[in-house]
Amino acid sequence: MSSHAAHGHSHGHGEQHPLVGHLVPYSTLFATGGALLVLTVITVAARYIDLGEANIYLAIGIAVVKATLVSLFFMHLRWDRPFNLMVLVGSMLFVVLMMVFCMMDVGQYMGQENQGNAKQVQTYLDANAPFAPVTGKK
Amino acid sequence: MTTLDTRPIHDEVPGNYLTFRRGLLSWLLTLDHKRIGVMYLVAVLVSFFVGGVMALLVRTKLLWPGEVSWMTADEYNKAFTLHGAIMVFLVIIPSIPGALGNFVLPIMLGAKDVAFPRLNLFSFYLWVLGAACAVYSLLAGGFDTGWTFYTPYSSQFGAGGTIPVLVGVFILGFSSIFTGVNFIVTIHKLRPPGMTWFRMPLFLWALYATAVIQVLATPVLGITVAMLVIERAFNIGIFDPAMGGDPVLFQHFFWFYSHPAVYIMILPGMGIISEIIAVHSHRHIFGFRFIAFSSIAIAIFSFLVWGHHMFTSGQSPLMNVLFSAITFSVAIPSAVKVFNWLATLYKGSISLNTAMWYGLAFIFLFTIGGLTGIPLAVLSTDIHLHDTYFVVAHFHYVMMGSALIAMIGGLHHWWPKMFGVMFNETWGKIACALVFIGFNMTFFTQFMLGSQGMPRRYYLYQPEFQIYHHISTGGSYIMGLGFLITAIYLIHSLFAGKKAPANPWGGASLEWQCTSPPPHDNFATTPRVGDCYDFSAVSWDEKKQGYVVDAEAHVAAAHHGKGH
Repeated sequence: MSSHAAHGHSHGHGEQHPLVGHLVPYSTLFATGGALLVLTVITVAARYIDLGEANIYLAIGIAVVKATLVSLFFMHLRWDRPFNLMVLVGSMLFVVLMMVFCMMDVGQYMGQENQGNAKQVQTYLDANAPFAPVTGKK
Repeated sequence: MTTLDTRPIHDEVPGNYLTFRRGLLSWLLTLDHKRIGVMYLVAVLVSFFVGGVMALLVRTKLLWPGEVSWMTADEYNKAFTLHGAIMVFLVIIPSIPGALGNFVLPIMLGAKDVAFPRLNLFSFYLWVLGAACAVYSLLAGGFDTGWTFYTPYSSQFGAGGTIPVLVGVFILGFSSIFTGVNFIVTIHKLRPPGMTWFRMPLFLWALYATAVIQVLATPVLGITVAMLVIERAFNIGIFDPAMGGDPVLFQHFFWFYSHPAVYIMILPGMGIISEIIAVHSHRHIFGFRFIAFSSIAIAIFSFLVWGHHMFTSGQSPLMNVLFSAITFSVAIPSAVKVFNWLATLYKGSISLNTAMWYGLAFIFLFTIGGLTGIPLAVLSTDIHLHDTYFVVAHFHYVMMGSALIAMIGGLHHWWPKMFGVMFNETWGKIACALVFIGFNMTFFTQFMLGSQGMPRRYYLYQPEFQIYHHISTGGSYIMGLGFLITAIYLIHSLFAGKKAPANPWGGASLEWQCTSPPPHDNFATTPRVGDCYDFSAVSWDEKKQGYVVDAEAHVAAAHHGKGH
C-alpha cells in the first residue's frame, strides 16, 4: 500500500490534498479481480444445484459480496473518508426504500386490481364521439 | 471567465460583474455564477409570466359555471396543465437554487465561484433545452394530462404534445441534478477557513438539503418519464393495465420524486426566510442548530411520505396507514422552523422593509398551508377531500404562498446586491399587500369549495359554487396586479433606482461585505468569517447611507463564542 497514512487522516479544510488519488498496488487489484471471477464461477455453478428458494438468495448474496468488493477496492472506498461510504450506503438505502415500499404495496393488491378499460373507452369514444379531443393518439 | 469579448473595461466601478465584459456573447458564454444566476432569473420570471397568464385564463373561465365560447373544455385542460407544468418544472424548482442560489451561494461562502462553473452554465442551457421542448410540445398539439402525467391517460390518450413535454421534463431533471451536485461540492470544498458547518448561513444549509434531494430523487423522475415515453411510443405495457401494466406503480414512481420535489421547492424558500427574518429583525437567529437540522430532517422525511398522494388510488391499506403516520412527522421539523422564526422576531429591532413584509407573509401563509395538510394526511378525511379544490388550495398555500413568496422576498432582499440599485419601498409594500390579499382571496375560498365537494380540474360546475369562483377569480386579478406593479418598480429601479450601498439592510453574512453589485471575483482575498447572525458589529454609516460590518470585531466576537 502506497500512502494509506495520508488518507487515513481526516481531511479538514485548509489541509493539503494529494494531487493524485489513492494508489492501490497491482497485487490488491488483481486479487480483487480474481475474487470477482471466482465468485462469478460460483454464481454460475450454483445455478446447477437445486436449493429451492435459496437459489435466488444465494445468487443475490454473491452479487452483494461482489458489489462490495468493487466499491471497497476498485472504487477506493476502503481508504476514502467515511463520509463517501455513508453517501454510497445512503443512496442504496433510498433505492431499497423505494423498491421495498412499492413491492409491499403491489404485493397487497396484486390480483385484485381492475384490469382497466382504456380500450373500451377508446372504442366507445371512436363510436360515439369521433371528434373528442382525447383521441389524440391513434 | 471565458468570453469572446476582450475589450477593455471603461466603467466607474471597475470589475463590477455587470460591466466586467460587455456584449451578448459575454453573457451567453459566461462562467460567472452571478451572470448565470441573472440569466436564470430572467428565464424563470418569463416562465412565471407565461404560467401566470395561463392561471388567469383558467380562473377567468371559471367565472361561468357552463361552457364559454372563447375556451373549449379541451383548451381548458391544456391551459391548467400548462400552468401546472410551467410553474413546477420551469419556475419553482429552478427559481431559488438556479437564480438566487447561484448568485448568492458562492458569495456567502466568500468564494470566487461555484465548484464547477462549466457544469453550472451547462445546467442553465439544459433548462433552456427543456423549456424549448415544452414550447415544441405546444406546437405538436399541446398536452392535457395535468402536470402529474397519470397513466393510462397520458400513455394511451392525451394530446399530441405529451411525448415532447415528457422529454423536456427528463432534460430539466438533469439540469436540476447538475445544480444539486454543484452546490453540494461547492459547500463541501469551498467554505472559507473558519466557516464551520455551524457558522454557515441557514440559506446554505437549506440549499444543501435541497441539493441532496435533487441528486437522490430526480433520477427516479427521469426513469419514470422515460418509461412513460417508451410505453406511449412503442406500446410496451409498463403502466397500462390493458397491456399488463400497473398504473398505481406509475404513481409510486412519480411521487417518489414529486413529493421530495415539494421540498426542493419549499426548503430553499425556508432558507431565504431564515435570512430575511434575522437580518431585518437585526437579531441573532433563534435556535440556529434546530433550524439547520430541521432542514436535513425535512429532506429525509420527504422521501418517506410519497404514498399520501395515493390514498384513494388503490394503494393497499397497509401502505396507506404507514404513509399517513409518517406524514404527520413532517409537521415536527416544519413547526420547529416556524417557532424559531417567531422567537427570532420576539424583541428584535424589526425593520418593516418590503423583504420583511414578504417574510411575514410567508410565515402566515406557510402555517395555513401546513395546517391544512393535516386533514389531507388523515385517511378518513382525505377520502372526502382528495382531488377537490381543498387540495388545490393547500398546495398553492405551500407552493405559491410559501415557496414563491419566499423567492420574491429573497429577490427584494438581494436585489440591491444583485443590481446595485434600490427599489421603491412604498410601491414594494403596496404590491406585497396586493399579492397577499389577492392570494388569500383566491385560495382561501378554494378551501371552502373543496370541503363542499367541488372537484379540481373541472370545466363545468354546479351554479351554487359560482360565488366562490367569483371571489377566487377576483383575488387572482388583484394578485396579478400586485405582480405587475412589482415588475414595473423593479425594472424602473434598474434605470432610475438610487445607488445601493454594500449593506443596505444590516446583514452580517459575507455577501453584504462586498460591493453592490459585487465585483467579478467577489472578493480580492478570501474573507475572514465571523458569526453570520451576530449583528453586534454591524452599525449604520451615515456617510455611506448603509450599514458597515466591523470585520475585526465580528470575527473576534465569533472566536470568543459570542452570538451563538
